Amino acid sequence: MVELTLDHPVERPSRWIAGLKRGGARLWVGAVLVAVLVLVALLAPLIAPHDPLEQDLMSAQLPPAWVSGGDSAYLLGTDSLGRCVLSRLIYSARTAVAVALIAASLAAVIGITLGLVAGSFGGWVDQVTSRLIDVWMAFPPVLLSIVLAAVIGAGLTSVIAAIVVVDWTRFARVVRAETMVQLQRDYASAARVIGLSRGGILRLEILPNLVPLVVTLLAVEMGIAILVEVILSFVGISVAGDTPTWGGMIAEGRQIAYQAPWIMALPIGCIISSVIGFNLFGDGLRLALDPVQRR
Amino acid sequence: MTAVLAVRDLHVAIYDRSHAINVLRGASLEVGTGEVRGLVGESGAGKSMLGRAVLGLLPANAVIGSGTVQFEGRDLIAMPEPERRNLLGRRIALIPQDPMTSLNPVKRVGSQIVALLRHHLALSKGDALERATELLVEVAIREPRRVLELYPHEISGGMRQRVLIAMAFACDPSLVIADEPTTALDVTVQRQVLQLVERLRQRHGAAILFVTHNLGVVAKICRTMTVLHAGRVLEEGETADVLTRPRHPYTRALLAATPRADRPAEALCPVPPALIESLWSEARRLDRQSAMAAP
Repeated sequence: MVELTLDHPVERPSRWIAGLKRGGARLWVGAVLVAVLVLVALLAPLIAPHDPLEQDLMSAQLPPAWVSGGDSAYLLGTDSLGRCVLSRLIYSARTAVAVALIAASLAAVIGITLGLVAGSFGGWVDQVTSRLIDVWMAFPPVLLSIVLAAVIGAGLTSVIAAIVVVDWTRFARVVRAETMVQLQRDYASAARVIGLSRGGILRLEILPNLVPLVVTLLAVEMGIAILVEVILSFVGISVAGDTPTWGGMIAEGRQIAYQAPWIMALPIGCIISSVIGFNLFGDGLRLALDPVQRR
Repeated sequence: MTAVLAVRDLHVAIYDRSHAINVLRGASLEVGTGEVRGLVGESGAGKSMLGRAVLGLLPANAVIGSGTVQFEGRDLIAMPEPERRNLLGRRIALIPQDPMTSLNPVKRVGSQIVALLRHHLALSKGDALERATELLVEVAIREPRRVLELYPHEISGGMRQRVLIAMAFACDPSLVIADEPTTALDVTVQRQVLQLVERLRQRHGAAILFVTHNLGVVAKICRTMTVLHAGRVLEEGETADVLTRPRHPYTRALLAATPRADRPAEALCPVPPALIESLWSEARRLDRQSAMAAP
């Protein structure tokens, strides 16, 4: 009997290092942006120089510290009520991160479950789920969120609920299609032949193959959740009025955009960098997580 | 000799929208304990369908019209799903056709073997890993511990095929269905695979149903053989008898069409079209008969 040896040295010093290499610059930049955002949110009370709600009408609309007329006590200036813009930006990150993490995860769980079920059962189960997704997607998502938030009432829970209810379709659609593709593969029938049940096949064989896809979607969805939260707070139906949010800051800054442009520009910058951060992070993770390197 | 597998008068049709295409027209077959039976036939003869029917892997639009499939005296078709799943992979195993796609691409070789072992045998993780290592040694893979750590795309096709053979025999099955396991391999590797299958069969005492279109392979390892055409059994018996004294004209024609090293290539003659045509018209006549017999 001919013995088979590994004909080439398979170099994989560590799956972590290899993964990080595959992820490349995207992974790094994304991870740093996301990490900064999350840290800022977690440590808000420690790093914010002022109470975000503390008003100081004597020093309203101060420009950032480095502009002439700025006050070094207010690094990024103050808004029209004399509240510290930097502190408000920092506290706003808490709402944004909470919404991004919770809403995106819940939407993912619901969407993945329905997608797997629809993709594997086929038949009328698939028909019902697919039509539901179609109908859902025909409705403008932001409008649906606004209606929902208005109906359920303001608050963190209703913002999250509004996003979950709208965005599970994103996951369900993609997971359903990919489940169908994977179930056609030989390894899926091989799994049936070793006696795995449908649930077992989905959980042990199909789901691991969906991980790179789901991770990318999840990161993109977190970015989208931040945007939706911004829109809702911009219209004023997000969390309670006294909690600082980026959307709320834009709405306030909009009225004095000519006199004090930084009040509006700074939260916009925060939003852009966090959404880009999540997208890059997701992209990088997808490359890092995929051992087959389907590029 | 008691039969491990007894297929009797099996009819299978595939439904294509409105009309049915018969793929098995009353095929019967027996595999005794420890017997190696070759199942030969040209493309479309229904040999793979027969194997798939035994494994419960028929496509969703295939319907078993009549007939029984008995495994160790128990009816596989009437058996409830969980009970059949308990047999699959443990008592009945498959060596799949394509080694390149039959392993899950995102799971390590080791974890796939361990999952199979633990699914059917109550083994601890450590014991299962130990057993997986032994199995790889048995199929003559050097450095089994390292191979277990690798992903399928990191090992060669020949090695993947050996891993799949090891998995088929992992739980000491009494029947292994080999679905053209040598077709995707080149001739030099084919020989090794046949030797390996024969060695594992002897060691684990399994019966084998060897599905192939290669008469050379049948002559080498099968003691008995069945010739299938258009979903019907044309001839069966001891391999030596069938190959030296074929009774059916189709078998004779097949033998004449098989290239052999001891004959000049000019001596090859294709299976006469008239013979094929007469066999198909016979099959169609049977179809009409059964269609009339049905209410």
